[in-house]
Amino acid sequence: MIEKRDVTLTINGTTHRVHVESRRTLVDVIRDDCGLTGTHAGCEHGVCGSCTVILDDTPVRACLMFAVQAEGHRIRTVEGLAEGDVLHPLQRAFMAHHGLQCGFCTPGFLMLATSVLERDPHIGDEELIDLLASNLCRCTGYQNIIKAVRAAAQEMRSRG
Amino acid sequence: MSVREPGQPDDTDVADARLYRVGKPCITWHIDWAREGFGTPSSMKPAPFRYHVPKSVDEAVALLAQLAPDDGRVLAGGQSLVPAMAFRLARPAHLIDINGIATLERLAADGSALTIGACVRHAAFHRPVADGPLGRLLASVVRHIAHYPIRTRGTFCGSLAHADPASEWCLVAATLGAEIAATSARGTRRIAAKDFFTGIMTTALADEELLAEARLPLLPAGTRFGFQEFNRRAGDFAIAMALAVYRVEDGVIADPRIGVGGAESCPRRLAEAERILKGQAPRGDLFRAAAGAAAAAIDPIEDPATPAEYRREVVAAVTRQALERAAP
Ligand SMILES: Cc1cc2nc3c(=O)[nH]c(=O)nc-3n(C[C@H](O)[C@H](O)[C@H](O)COP(=O)(O)OP(=O)(O)OC[C@H]3O[C@@H](n4cnc5c(N)ncnc54)[C@H](O)[C@@H]3O)c2cc1C
Ligand code: FES
Ligand code: FES
Repeated sequence: MIEKRDVTLTINGTTHRVHVESRRTLVDVIRDDCGLTGTHAGCEHGVCGSCTVILDDTPVRACLMFAVQAEGHRIRTVEGLAEGDVLHPLQRAFMAHHGLQCGFCTPGFLMLATSVLERDPHIGDEELIDLLASNLCRCTGYQNIIKAVRAAAQEMRSRG
Repeated sequence: MSVREPGQPDDTDVADARLYRVGKPCITWHIDWAREGFGTPSSMKPAPFRYHVPKSVDEAVALLAQLAPDDGRVLAGGQSLVPAMAFRLARPAHLIDINGIATLERLAADGSALTIGACVRHAAFHRPVADGPLGRLLASVVRHIAHYPIRTRGTFCGSLAHADPASEWCLVAATLGAEIAATSARGTRRIAAKDFFTGIMTTALADEELLAEARLPLLPAGTRFGFQEFNRRAGDFAIAMALAVYRVEDGVIADPRIGVGGAESCPRRLAEAERILKGQAPRGDLFRAAAGAAAAAIDPIEDPATPAEYRREVVAAVTRQALERAAP
């Protein structure tokens, strides 16, 4: 007997009603049941950060939460970053500074960096690098990711 | 399989040892498993369970009384339990999610101690949560636990309940003499940290008990502390770590506490090192002598990447560095 539950998730302001097994992780439900495949599942045990989403303003590993636990919380994924056709400053900075190659890790880095810069756009370099060390990238060597986030921080600061 | 267990290994020891290895976030586990015949997991999906969301401690402990015998477990931050479930190393039949219990979010200091409820997350300690040295000590230690997105979910009490030998919070609890409140349907008992940690990922907590809160004694003004750990990558579990806490009165060390973690099956204070420090003026050669005594006193655990003697040397180094960091 496998338990299934009705779960209501609020993702990027949109309500998704799904009927899922309790054991389904948030990342799997976001991808497979809500159809938002921008969030990636890499290691599925908390190490890589590719599944990072923002839950009520804080970054979390979506592979280490069950979807049933996210009911009643605000979830933001990479699909919610752009406003219409206008990309988020972080997305533009990743393009401009070559902050991605294969792109697998990118949604996780974007959500991590978004939550970090929204909390403190004046964040110091040392702390920024420490925070970005939360996620893994197998392509870029990190330098361009750091450059991109610094550039976006500057733009977000100048906008106030 | 070379994790050294104290006493006679039985089936549970072996299971614990496996969990211990796999509980470490390191990509080489997969290789270790394949080599050692545990089989590579074909899927990373947790096995089915029934999900329960109590709204109060009473409700939670009633559920635990009913479901613990049927392999029911507490789900706190999920940052250790969910990976273990993904690997199918843990297959609880029931999960009792305590995240919705508001009274467990208590984080408050009274005159003598800081009370940390079961739902207080690691990230809460980034800024000092208590006046004086204790708040600063916790803020300096928390930065060594995993990474920020894990700290936003993982809990202080979950770390104590999980009792990884390399848990920073377990070392803090053992060194400062935390008191742990274990609540069941029959009431609450208070357990001293030195009696709480009983082995690798094993504690004095009974299956039907909820670790409701931990109390850390406040540190008197002027208490000095130093924490040092060594790992190969930032955010990994430490190979060894040390916490040194003492006061300097009339130029000499008073009330020294030296705790070592990650090196043995449980973190603990080392009286051998504390004896050397007590009543002496803080200085480099004294720190080296105390660090040497700490390293000589431990019975280091081993894993394929970390032979016992290497770990012993790391203990000497981190203990000396912790003492130096604490020095005036
Ligand atoms: C990539 C990664 C790196 C990490 N690095 C570190 C590190 O460097 N140092 C470190 O210390 N930890 C590390 N962790 C583990 C993390 O700190 C966990 O948060 C912690 O070990 C467990 O706390 P939790 O609240 O997440 O507990 P859970 O995962 O929910 O539970 C863990 C176990 O404790 C039991 N439990 C939890 N709370 C209670 C309670 N109140 N009463 C009774 N039983 C309870 C559960 O039933 C379960 O068996 C890491 C985790 C990951 C994913
Ligand atoms: S998929 Fe979640 S951390 Fe790797
Ligand atoms: S761009 Fe390929 S993993 Fe980061």
